[in-house]
Formats: sequence, structure tokens, C-alpha cells
Amino acid sequence: MIASSQGFAGYLRRDLLLAYRRRGEVASPLIFFVLVSTLIPLGISPDSARLAELAPGMIWVMALLATLLSTESLFASDYQDGSLEQLLISPQLLPLPVLGKILAHWLVTGLPLTMVSPLIGLMLSLPAAGLMPMMASLALGTACLSLLGAVGAALTVSLRKGGLLLSVLVIPLYMPVIIFGSAAVQAAIDGLNWLGPLAVLGAMLSAAAALCPLAIAGALRLVSNN
Amino acid sequence: MASGRNWNWFHRMGSPRWFYETTGRWLPWLWVLTLGLMLIGLVWGLAFAPQDAKQGNSFRIIYLHVPASFLALAGYYLMAIAGAIGLIWKMKLSYMVMKSAAPIGAALTFIALFTGAVWGKPTWGTYWVWDARITSMLILLFLYLGVLALQYAFHSQETGNKASAILALVGTVNIPIIYKSVDWWYTLHQPATIKFTSAPSMHPDMFQPLLVMIVAMYSFYALALILHTRTEILRRERKAGWVRELAQRAQPAEVRQ
Amino acid sequence: MSTPPLLTVEQLAFERDDCNVFKPANFVVDAGDIVQIEGANGAGKTTLMRLMTSALQPTSGAVLYRGRPISDCRYEYLDNILYIGHQSGVKMTLSAEENLRWMSPASTSAVEITQALDAVGLRGFADVPCYSLSAGQHRRVALARLHTSKAVIWYLDEPFTSIDKQGVLALQQQLESHLRQGGAVVLSTHQNLPIDGLRKYSVEPHGDLAVPS
Repeated sequence: MIASSQGFAGYLRRDLLLAYRRRGEVASPLIFFVLVSTLIPLGISPDSARLAELAPGMIWVMALLATLLSTESLFASDYQDGSLEQLLISPQLLPLPVLGKILAHWLVTGLPLTMVSPLIGLMLSLPAAGLMPMMASLALGTACLSLLGAVGAALTVSLRKGGLLLSVLVIPLYMPVIIFGSAAVQAAIDGLNWLGPLAVLGAMLSAAAALCPLAIAGALRLVSNN
Repeated sequence: MASGRNWNWFHRMGSPRWFYETTGRWLPWLWVLTLGLMLIGLVWGLAFAPQDAKQGNSFRIIYLHVPASFLALAGYYLMAIAGAIGLIWKMKLSYMVMKSAAPIGAALTFIALFTGAVWGKPTWGTYWVWDARITSMLILLFLYLGVLALQYAFHSQETGNKASAILALVGTVNIPIIYKSVDWWYTLHQPATIKFTSAPSMHPDMFQPLLVMIVAMYSFYALALILHTRTEILRRERKAGWVRELAQRAQPAEVRQ
Repeated sequence: MSTPPLLTVEQLAFERDDCNVFKPANFVVDAGDIVQIEGANGAGKTTLMRLMTSALQPTSGAVLYRGRPISDCRYEYLDNILYIGHQSGVKMTLSAEENLRWMSPASTSAVEITQALDAVGLRGFADVPCYSLSAGQHRRVALARLHTSKAVIWYLDEPFTSIDKQGVLALQQQLESHLRQGGAVVLSTHQNLPIDGLRKYSVEPHGDLAVPS
């Protein structure tokens, strides 16, 4: 009867539009990523060989932190202006619009990080063999991080200083992702098979895409009880 | 209804009062069992078990370290299952058990890490080593801390319980993934020399006290969990009639009106 | 055989932190009915309304839509209701027109949207981003939904907040027209509503411990 202009595609489009309207804010994680990569040579050493050794892991850590920064805002504005309430009583399966929102979030944070990573790789003397694997692992990995981070964001959305607690909750869940993500890049640099770790990342992404929306839907229903 | 009768015991178990009264009866025995096993295990292991050929006396710390790590992991699963029961059957007692299990498990994880560090120093010359098991244990500690933090972050007790339950379940799914990932990560970077002694290669004379300690630790965990849950029950049900009666009876005679 | 009433609330109770929020609620809402939920601040009016819209699950009792529990016909029920809560659900960075389009059925035409915005007095403000509108104007954007919605049951929580006298009158007339078309309204407000057939339901705070001895 009343078909909603909503669902997966609807929320995807709307969140992309909303992100576009706040593009200054939304670009911050990306700028953070670039800025922090300047800290590495300043804090450790500008020596090319040393940077090359650290580069895969460091780029991954910075990408992880940048993603973490942006995750808090995933559900925050919806919670504050009542859109979340409306979402909870709309006639659709909750995990679908949730997935749409998370995809929009990844397109606006994870994807730009992935695109910029070759540049950062260059700045940090990442060996050429690692550039392509870095992009591939970041593409899959940041999607995983968005999904896992969204679980934490949903659980802490109603809390005032939710941001710090969000990090505490979510970083342990992030650890397998970074293990395989940076291992893929390192393997490529060492001339070993890097598709193996990449495949594991892909598997993690599929599992997260299937399970996280369910946990998130449960958490969202729970916290708007307040 | 026949099926209703079958599940009666389950729902009866969900009554905090029933739990309080029943465990009250078991408690003295549990104390005796725990203290007894602990005493036997510790004395046997720390004093009487033979010295290790390579590590001398410092290996004895495993009599604390290994049982603590077992219980730390088992405790997390117990906490998550309690949370799941609470979410599915909306049983308040289950949430109370979950809430009580969290600090106990976190403390045990910390003990495992601490004893691991104490073991490391005389054996490999360093307090901290990023090997697979220690790293996994550290991540487990973080998972516990997350559940604890979430539990107390909400104004509403109920919401805190449910949120922790969801987080504990998400953590449960992740634990095997984390352990496997860390294992794999470690094999990538493994330095040749460092490796924890694994239990099966132990001499039976050293292994038996370890078994005693493991059972003792399970008993200790049960004791701590029951005590903690009883306190939680009293706290949450403090307005109920039976709790007030208990409080009345516990007061010395002159104070009672 | 009489058709079951549009909405039946049966022994509805909700526990929060071991306390029943209000005494079990019982009432019936039929087509053409308007029910005003009243009670002191904190008595549980918003909770009752959220229970009725299925945003919250009751601890006991049920809400029946045309005789069936809403847990059995969830999507059908949700398709036919509209809820405007304390927070308007209006996105600040979107324009009034974009917000209204999002909250309206997919079949609403552009003309209908413009007409709806005109009807709530936002003519000329359609393209303005909502962060530059006043609180009263936000409210109006949310209320513009009432013009484009095809929902049968309207749940309105304090709809008259921030609205001026003119707006109050306009909203009243709109409620009356909705009732004439066979819809139903459940609202909570401190305002006096001179609408024919208005029934009041008083939410009584319970406060007793919901714990078996």
C-alpha cells in the first residue's frame, strides 16, 4: 500500500546525499590519514630503508584509526533528530537499510582511503610490489572495519561520550583484519603468495556483511528504548 | 500443558530467590572443596613436584598460569551464554550471572598475563614476549574490559545488561577468529627460540598437580561466581519481601524492634 | 458479524528497571475516533505511544490491529500508521522539500509535495536547507507529512509544540478531516482540543515493583 522510498537503495542514496552536504566534515578522516603519515618519518626516521620496513603495518594502522574516527557519526545524527525512531517502525527488514548506510559510509571513508594509499605508500617508501596489494587489502579491509565499527557505533549511539567507549569495544574486533591486511602487503613485498591472506580478508568481509547487520539491528532496537 | 511442565524446572531456575536459597545450601561445601583443592594443588605443585630440567624452579608458576588461562577463556564463554539466555528468554537471573562473570573473568585473564610475565623473566630474560598465546590472552582481556565498560555505561541497568550481552556474543564469534589469526601471525614472525612449554610433553609427576590445580580453579571460579551473583541478586531485588526479611533476621536482636 | 475495531489495547504493560511504568492500559480506537492520551509529566505517555507503534515490545498484554496482534501482522500494521514523535525526524542538511519527499509514500507526485508544503505555510521555503529554519518551521515540515500520508492511524506525540495559533487551528482542521475520512488519531498534548468526539485516556503511573514475592 504505502511503498516506502526507503530500503537498502533508499538509505544508500540518502546517506550519500547527506555526506555530500557535509563534505567538509566527512573528509576529515582522509585528511587525518594523510597528516598522520607525516608523523611517521618525523617521529621515527626519514631513512628510506627503515620506512620501507615499517610501511605496510604503519599504513594499515593509520587507515584503521582513520576509519575508527569516522565510525562514531554513523548513527549519531539519526539518533538525535529522530530518524532512527522512524527507521525502527518502518515496514522493512532492519538489516537491509543498515547495510545501505554502512555501504554509504564505506564509499565515503574507506574507498577514499584506499584510493589515496598509493600516494601514502610512495611517501613512506613502500616497495612497488606492495602498492597494488595495499590497495586490494585496504579495499576489503576497510569495508570489514566499517561493518565491525558499526556494531560498536550502534551499541554506543545513545551515550554522551560514546566515542572513547566505541574505540575500546571495537579495536579488539579489528585485530584479525589488520593481521591479515598487513600480512598480505608484506607477503607481496617478500615475493610470497599474497592472495592467500587476501582471500581470508574476503572471507571475513562476507561473514561480517552477513552477521553484523543482524547484531546492529538488535542493538539499535535496544538503545532507542532509552 | 505437557510441554509447559517439562520446562518448569528451567523457568524455576530463573527465579533469583530460588537461586539464592539453593546456592546458600551448597556454599559451605563449595568453600571446603575449593580451599581443599587449592591447598593440595598449590602445596604439591610449588613444593613437592620435581624440578624442571631446563627451567629449575621457575616453571612452577604454571600451576597458577595455566589454570587461570583456561578459566579466563571458559569464563568468557560462560558470560556470553548467560547473556544469550538473558536475551532469548528474558531471564533476569541470567543477566545477573553474566554481570558477575565479567569482573571475575577479567581478573583471571590479568592473573594469567601477570604470571606469564613472571614466568618469562627468569626463563627468557624478558617480562613480555609477543607470542601467540600471550597476545591472544591480551586481546581477551580487552574483550572483557569492553563488556565491563559497556555494562556500566548506561543509566538503565537493563539496557546495560542487554548491550553487554550483545557485545559478549559478538566477542564470542570473534574469539576463534582472533586466536587463529594471532596463531597464524605468530608463525609468520616466529623467532626460532622462543616457545612456551606445552603441557603434554610434561612428566606425569609434574602434570598431576597441574590437573589438581585446574580442577581447583574451576571450583574457585564457581565459588566466586556464585558469591558475586548472590550479592547482585540482593542488590537488585532489595525491594522484594524476602530480601527485607533476610535483612531483618541478619540484624542483631537488640536492633530489631 | 461485526468487524473488529481498528485498534485494541489489551492489558498493555511495560516494565522498566523492575518497575511497571503505568497501570495496564485498556482501550479501543475505531475508525473516526480521536483519543487524547493525558497524564502528568513522566507518567508514561510517550512510552505508551511507542508501545502502540511497536517501537517498544510490551512486557505483557498486546496491541491488536483489526483484531490481530501487531506482532502477527507487523508490516501490514506499520504500513498503515504514521508516527510523529518529539523529535521531528527532519534532517537539518536537507531541504524541506527533500525531507518531505523522503517521508512521503513513493507514489507522491511533486505537485502534491508542493501543495503539502504550501498547506503548512512553508511556501517559498521548499528549497531552503532546514538548518536555517526556525523550530516552529521544523515542526511544520514534519507536520506536512500529514498531507501526503495515506496512513489510517496517526500517532502524534505533542504535535502542537512550537506551533503558533494559526498553525494550531490548521492542524485541528486537518485532524478533523482525517477523522471524517475514516482515519483514527491517537495523540498526546497539553493543549485543549475542541474536536467533536474527542475521548481522553488517562495514563496512571504505576510505580510498583513488578517482582514476585
